[in-house]
Amino acid sequence: MAIFKQAKLFWTSIVLSLVIFGVIQFMITGQMLNLFYVNTLIFIAINIILAVSLHLIIGITGQFSIGHAGFLAVGAYASGIITMKLELPFAAALLVGGLVAALAGFIIGFPSLRLKGDYLAIATLGFGEIVRIVFLNLDYVGGASGMQVNHLTTWPWVFGCMLIAILVIVNFTNSTHGRACISIREDETAADAMGINTTYYKVTAFVIGAFFAGIAGGLYAHNFYIIQPSNFGFLKSFDILIFVVLGGLGSLSGSVIAAILLTVVSTFLQDYPETRMIIYSIVLIVVMLYRPQGLMGTKEITSIFSKGKKTKGGAKDGNKQTVA
Amino acid sequence: MELIQQLVNGISLGSIYALIALGYTMVYGIVKLINFAHGDVFMVGAFVGFYSITVLHIPFVLSLILAMAVCAIFGVLIERIAYKPLRNATRIAALITAIGVSLLIEYGFIYVRGAQPEAYPGDVLPEHAIHIFGAKINSQSLLILGVSVALMIILQFIVHKTKIGKAMRAVSFDAEAAQLMGINVDRTISATFAIGSALAGAAGVIFGVYYIKIEPLMGVIPGLKAFVAAVLGGIGILPGAMVGGLLLGVIESLVSAFGYSLWRDGAAFVVLILILIFLPSGLFGKYKREKV
Repeated sequence: MAIFKQAKLFWTSIVLSLVIFGVIQFMITGQMLNLFYVNTLIFIAINIILAVSLHLIIGITGQFSIGHAGFLAVGAYASGIITMKLELPFAAALLVGGLVAALAGFIIGFPSLRLKGDYLAIATLGFGEIVRIVFLNLDYVGGASGMQVNHLTTWPWVFGCMLIAILVIVNFTNSTHGRACISIREDETAADAMGINTTYYKVTAFVIGAFFAGIAGGLYAHNFYIIQPSNFGFLKSFDILIFVVLGGLGSLSGSVIAAILLTVVSTFLQDYPETRMIIYSIVLIVVMLYRPQGLMGTKEITSIFSKGKKTKGGAKDGNKQTVA
Repeated sequence: MELIQQLVNGISLGSIYALIALGYTMVYGIVKLINFAHGDVFMVGAFVGFYSITVLHIPFVLSLILAMAVCAIFGVLIERIAYKPLRNATRIAALITAIGVSLLIEYGFIYVRGAQPEAYPGDVLPEHAIHIFGAKINSQSLLILGVSVALMIILQFIVHKTKIGKAMRAVSFDAEAAQLMGINVDRTISATFAIGSALAGAAGVIFGVYYIKIEPLMGVIPGLKAFVAAVLGGIGILPGAMVGGLLLGVIESLVSAFGYSLWRDGAAFVVLILILIFLPSGLFGKYKREKV
């Protein structure tokens, strides 16, 4: 029964998202949406990919990484090189961007696994900065003045990538691997003692998260006409982190909702960058003081509709934050 | 002789890092929190010093003390408003609050006074060039070094010889046991923030005098590097922070001296990652096994 129910839920959400896609695509081709709105929608989708990819690392596996902009930058530059220097198609660029970022995720994930909590956070922050400085000093990609990129990102591309990212991460979370990752989040020592290969799962989560961040980077790069290293500073990492934390650590739908909400808010505040950052930081502090588990906690939006049923997790699930 | 020159520059820069790193390491040792807002306290100190020198026409030493006092109060306020309610929260919540506080200070400051940089007046300190071994050493950098060393000695005195220093060491060793022994933990933590922030404020003024240009976002990179210095020396260990700061300053200057000045900022983070991988508890720290 449970399998049927899950399958039903799965197909319902697929159909629902395709309907959303169709409606928006129809509105774009019918020119009911002007360029500003289309751009906002593309931004929302890119941010959702970034949010869910970081959600896998922080929310599911409990590895506190704050250098996500580094993976974004690697993906952006790698895909930019593919389309602009090698003149290959856009799909190849996205794939290569994702793969190169995944490789970066492996390289950073593997040695950093000895670190926990704050130390991992600061190491990944350092990694993000190193990536930025490397691109700043590489003349091949334009250095500080940036690299020219064609505008290739369109609504179907972003939506497709977003759907794939969400599907892969949801399925990963619900698989054996995902459960192993959650057990690492809850208590790494205990998980290790139960025979879970914590290194393997932590690296896997890092690599998958970095892969989708790289794809988001490809989409991000081809949405602008120029990419610069200054776009990928640690403020960008914090932006992504805020989606995940505000939505609720451990809740995929929470991070999606937060990504949508914050992208819309920051788009409308774009003309007042200082005010935007002030509001951002106050929201961050207030949420942490009064609701440290984020908007959704570890709950998913689907569990709201099936009220009264017990969640599958242990006693800690849903009421106490156990990340980091 | 270029090398000696760079070494002197490195030590001057390193003593600034060391002053900021002391605050990081003290706070981390006592509440286990990376106080991201610490770099912004440094910025506030630089601006207080700037305004007291240019607007109030106060001499250098008094400006330094004023900046330290304002920063101490500021640090305690940050702790009371933002960090105290989170003392029993998860580490991630505290860390994110610290990031939020840092952003709030930076952009709040920009909102109030604008983002334009200011230039410290050049005649704050007498300027003589001293020639040693063929290297030209600025009297300013000697004075800066002197001020930093004096502050560090005062700090050592406070931590090891006074009652509040003893309380700080006790709380950092075991906060609960310290409380049972009748130590007021809240007051000790406030004192830690006050002293650490005062040192950051002093570093801000020194930075302004030495590098002339100050701006509202100036605290970010020195703040991060000071944290790297604290980790390098072993976080929570005061002499470690000093050595780490000086070492980092020298490393950066040497990287520039060998012609990689564009990679200078990267060097600090490479050092950080290497230290974390090979010596996770820093140069002076002891490896602690996790208890289950």
